[in-house]
Amino acid sequence: METIIQVNDVWRSYDEGRIEVLKGVDLLVEAGETLALVGSSGCGKSTLLNVIAGLELPQEGRVTVAGRGVFDEVSRRELLRHTVGFVFQLHHLMPGLTLEENLLVPAVAVGMSASAARDRVRELAEETGLLQRLDRRVRELSGGERQRGALCRALMNRPRVLLADEPTGALDERNREAVFELLMKLVAERGLTLVMATHDVDLASRCSRVVRMRDGRVEE
Amino acid sequence: MSLWKLILTNLRRHRVRTAIGATGIALGVATLLSVVGLLGGAVKMFEKILRSDAEMVVFERNVSDLFFSNVPETLVEELEEQSFVKEAQPVLFTIIAAPDRPVVTCFGIRASDGRLEKAEWLSGGLEGFLDDGRGVVLGERAADFLKATAGDEVELGQDRYPVAGVVRMENGFENGGVFMPLKECQRAFHKEGGSSVVTVALAEGHEPREVKAWIDAHHDRLTALENEEFSRSYSQFRILKTTAWVVGGCAFLLGGLSVTNTMILSVFSRIRELAVLRVCGFSRGQLARMILGESLALSSIGVLAGWLLSIGGLRLLKVLPALQGYIEPQVGMREVLGAVVLAMLTGVGGALYPAIHAAKLKPAEALRFE
Repeated sequence: METIIQVNDVWRSYDEGRIEVLKGVDLLVEAGETLALVGSSGCGKSTLLNVIAGLELPQEGRVTVAGRGVFDEVSRRELLRHTVGFVFQLHHLMPGLTLEENLLVPAVAVGMSASAARDRVRELAEETGLLQRLDRRVRELSGGERQRGALCRALMNRPRVLLADEPTGALDERNREAVFELLMKLVAERGLTLVMATHDVDLASRCSRVVRMRDGRVEE
Repeated sequence: MSLWKLILTNLRRHRVRTAIGATGIALGVATLLSVVGLLGGAVKMFEKILRSDAEMVVFERNVSDLFFSNVPETLVEELEEQSFVKEAQPVLFTIIAAPDRPVVTCFGIRASDGRLEKAEWLSGGLEGFLDDGRGVVLGERAADFLKATAGDEVELGQDRYPVAGVVRMENGFENGGVFMPLKECQRAFHKEGGSSVVTVALAEGHEPREVKAWIDAHHDRLTALENEEFSRSYSQFRILKTTAWVVGGCAFLLGGLSVTNTMILSVFSRIRELAVLRVCGFSRGQLARMILGESLALSSIGVLAGWLLSIGGLRLLKVLPALQGYIEPQVGMREVLGAVVLAMLTGVGGALYPAIHAAKLKPAEALRFE
């Protein structure tokens, strides 16, 4: 099996070192794994996801994703353009844009041709049941539809790794189940690697591996 | 969707903010074009007064203002003896006071000066305007505010003058002025034998340099310039034109502040959105280009609106009865191009700080931004 994410002795603190969030984290993730990061609030789950995605850089230690180190602006940009997709607890779709325009944003970043981008949007929208909602503005979509839209956006540029930070945390029971099932289906069909931070023990148990974090450290 | 489409979409979804930013630029463009146009027009009108049918103008060397120039009237006869001169005409520019009108432009000219002959006469006629007479001709507006017509008498300065006629002139300065026989004008202003300028029409086939050479050889106190040269070098015109661009430039600075304000607001109210763009793979350069692009698009809207505003405003001023004939706006390609360049520079300058701020954004921190 290929190790797709390698986190070695990563330290991350804030406020000039006064608040230590990650304290020497080590983590290996195999390609195709679905991994749930669990732990109490403030234990460092979101920060670890951010560090893996390159959204913040560790003060010490090393992160490698798909064989490439994440250590500067260029490596971060390339990682986010081609290797990693990110889903947040909140959908973070841009208000005022239609769903289709929102899904096209990652395509703008990589300079995808207009026709290829439109085809990709339609393909994803069809799979997620959003085809008839593409021309709707964000405010006209339900909570579940918004989160499915965010999922589509994360998959636009065909990433190999999907990072999800409490992807169902802002949804009601019915939508939580539907969005999670869709997420797992899309991950499985594409053979993606999923790393998901969650509080939800039930959702975590449906992943292939559960990693517990406590006080900035990983406890397998 | 291209980056440009995203830029336009961003402007569309923040209509009020876009409108405020564009208004700043529009007011800058409108002010610049109006001030430059109005002052440029005033300069052109004054040039027309000097030019009449002549190609050149002779005046006293190194005077700051033509009102202070003193050219001997005898130069006219000297010049007309030269083969390269078809006609020379003296003009004495003065300011005279009338009851309730402290400033009336007065042109001391000879009866043979073509400008009265070509004018549209509303009353009276050229026969009343004699070189050795005292009859004056009033421009239409001057006749209005002096409440006089041909056959009346008007009080000008220390004396009363019979009105020989009233003419409608295209030029606002002439239409609001008084034409006085040169000799009488010299007497009234104690400038016997003098004039402000002598305009020179060249004989066919001759060159302006012949006049210049002759003046240089015979009158070292005077200088002869072609009309174009005069317009370029006359300090009063240069001061007016520079003032126009400086005033317009200041208006642009204010417009620039409005753009900066709009773009700062735009960036700070979209911090999380910009962070999401970074998460979607946008580079720092792309984010900076997007913000600069929004500012440039906003400036373009402002240029268009400002241009239309200035056209409308100048047309309105031109038809206002009180300003009839005084407004001859001159807005050429040079002025429009200048406004476009200034607007774009203002747009880029105003968006520089917000663009740098957006580019330096740390995505993880920005996503936590409340």
